[in-house]
Amino acid sequence: MGLVDRGRLPKPLNSLLNLGRSYSLWVYQWGLACCAIEMGAAFGSPRYDVMRLGVIPLPASPRQADLVVISGTVTDKMAPAVKRLYEQMPEPKYVISMGSCANCGGPYWDSYSVTKGVDQIIPVDVYVPGCPPRPEALLEGVVLLQQRIRNEDMGARWRGEGSKPIIVGETTKSAKSGASKSGAVKGAARVD
Amino acid sequence: MTSTESLIDRRQLSYIAAQAADARLNVELETEGMTLNIGPQHPATHGTLRIIARLDGEQVVWAEPSCGYMHRGYEKLTEVRTYPQVTALVNRIDWLGSFANEVPFILAAEKLMEIEAPPRAQWIRTILFELSRIANVSLFLGDLGVQMGAITPVFMAFRDREYVLNLIEGATGGRFHPNFDRIGGLKDDLPAGFIDETRVVMKKLRNFCDEMENLLFGNEIFQSRTRGIGVIPKDVAMQYGLSGANLRASGVDWDLRRDQTLPMAWNKVDWKVWTHPDGDSFARCWVRLQEVRESTRIVDQLLDNIPSGPVMAKVPRIIKVPEGEAWVSTENPLGEMGYYVVSKGDLGPFRTKIRSASFNNISIVPWVLKGVYVPDIITILASLYFILGDIDR
Repeated sequence: MGLVDRGRLPKPLNSLLNLGRSYSLWVYQWGLACCAIEMGAAFGSPRYDVMRLGVIPLPASPRQADLVVISGTVTDKMAPAVKRLYEQMPEPKYVISMGSCANCGGPYWDSYSVTKGVDQIIPVDVYVPGCPPRPEALLEGVVLLQQRIRNEDMGARWRGEGSKPIIVGETTKSAKSGASKSGAVKGAARVD
Repeated sequence: MTSTESLIDRRQLSYIAAQAADARLNVELETEGMTLNIGPQHPATHGTLRIIARLDGEQVVWAEPSCGYMHRGYEKLTEVRTYPQVTALVNRIDWLGSFANEVPFILAAEKLMEIEAPPRAQWIRTILFELSRIANVSLFLGDLGVQMGAITPVFMAFRDREYVLNLIEGATGGRFHPNFDRIGGLKDDLPAGFIDETRVVMKKLRNFCDEMENLLFGNEIFQSRTRGIGVIPKDVAMQYGLSGANLRASGVDWDLRRDQTLPMAWNKVDWKVWTHPDGDSFARCWVRLQEVRESTRIVDQLLDNIPSGPVMAKVPRIIKVPEGEAWVSTENPLGEMGYYVVSKGDLGPFRTKIRSASFNNISIVPWVLKGVYVPDIITILASLYFILGDIDR
């Protein structure tokens, strides 16, 4: 993977790699509070079957996961464990922050024991707003993340040139322009 | 933190020393003590509970739950919210049966204001209360299978739970957190078609219970992993303050829905409180299954004779609760849940004490886990049925 590190991967190979990565996302379910049940409904229920999207929600440990869904309230007591498990995940790794609590503290914005947003501890790729978000919203977050992965340039990612986080439910116009701006086209141009 | 750690270390060292002393007497049985940490992130703990278990081989010598990973400071937060705002917060204590959390708080506030909701509102409250119980306990029944390695029940539970959530969403607008109760009544009346739809869903839920009984409770593996395991005798259950199905499974005939006179509609219909004499894991699961059935019966009967009229009593626009103290508790899906509200005549409560069922139910864990085998930890915890938000608040 030395080529990947330097961002010199030939374009066809890069898109092939991205295609494979986007449709074999192993999700670690970090269920913390109410959102965990909606995440369970999205990942484990027959109505919102997530495996049809190419997502495998059953890794045995964070060390096998590509994506972690932080669903629920992160408290100050839990925060070190969140960080530690995130650090155990192998690169490239993605984070979906599900629900208002994980996004910004939500209804506990003035609580003494709640971490106001998991993005204070770990970088977040997709924010799914809602309290709790419907399972459909989480699935849309997963789909948007897959779109981003498909267009991603690994070199840019390794160099830490991250793009803006996705927010599910943003107006379509800004989401579209964000998708076209970010990802492979821009990244590849910069590498060349 | 350090003092507890050193305490644990001392205990551990003394335990190992005792083991070593025993082993010197009987060299063949020499085993080393081991500390097993389950959680705070473990699928079997339904969230973020951490169980510290000290093992001797396969047996638990000492176990303790470590709570607080989900502590969100509800009691303090209620002091800086107004009364109508508090219901939005307390929805999230027991997140599977959200509507049931609002009711005792609203009843306590109504008790202080000396008003009572109109009969139709009481009826609808009771219906939604029982629907949230069904939504809560049906997921427990599904989850129970997962804890023992059976994946199918959870799919069935999620399938049938969606119908109930649709009903709750149709009536209240919220799938999970309805925030539908108001002081003096309800936000809205039931939508058109709710009654017919609910009858259909209740029939589906009864089928679900039958399916569960055949598939899971009749399963030999399930029975051998739950029968006679984690037995809690009657007196111990009462000493530890268990409530709800955990207490009824130990043979105590105690249900606040029946034993208390509240402005709700439970005493208007015919239903039965189920108990089980065994007190083991199987009894706890079985009592809950019967409770879902009874809830569907309660809902059906309430739908038959739902009174007409307004759903909101006359209350002032800006709610100020007069000075005083009130305690109201109800039989929530997990057990007794109560609010002790202290009012100083302001817009919000001066102090609120929340008594949630899971915190007391989990207090028996050190007692019941002593001497069990490691795989039984999971089944016992699953059958005790706690929700982390309900423990830590």
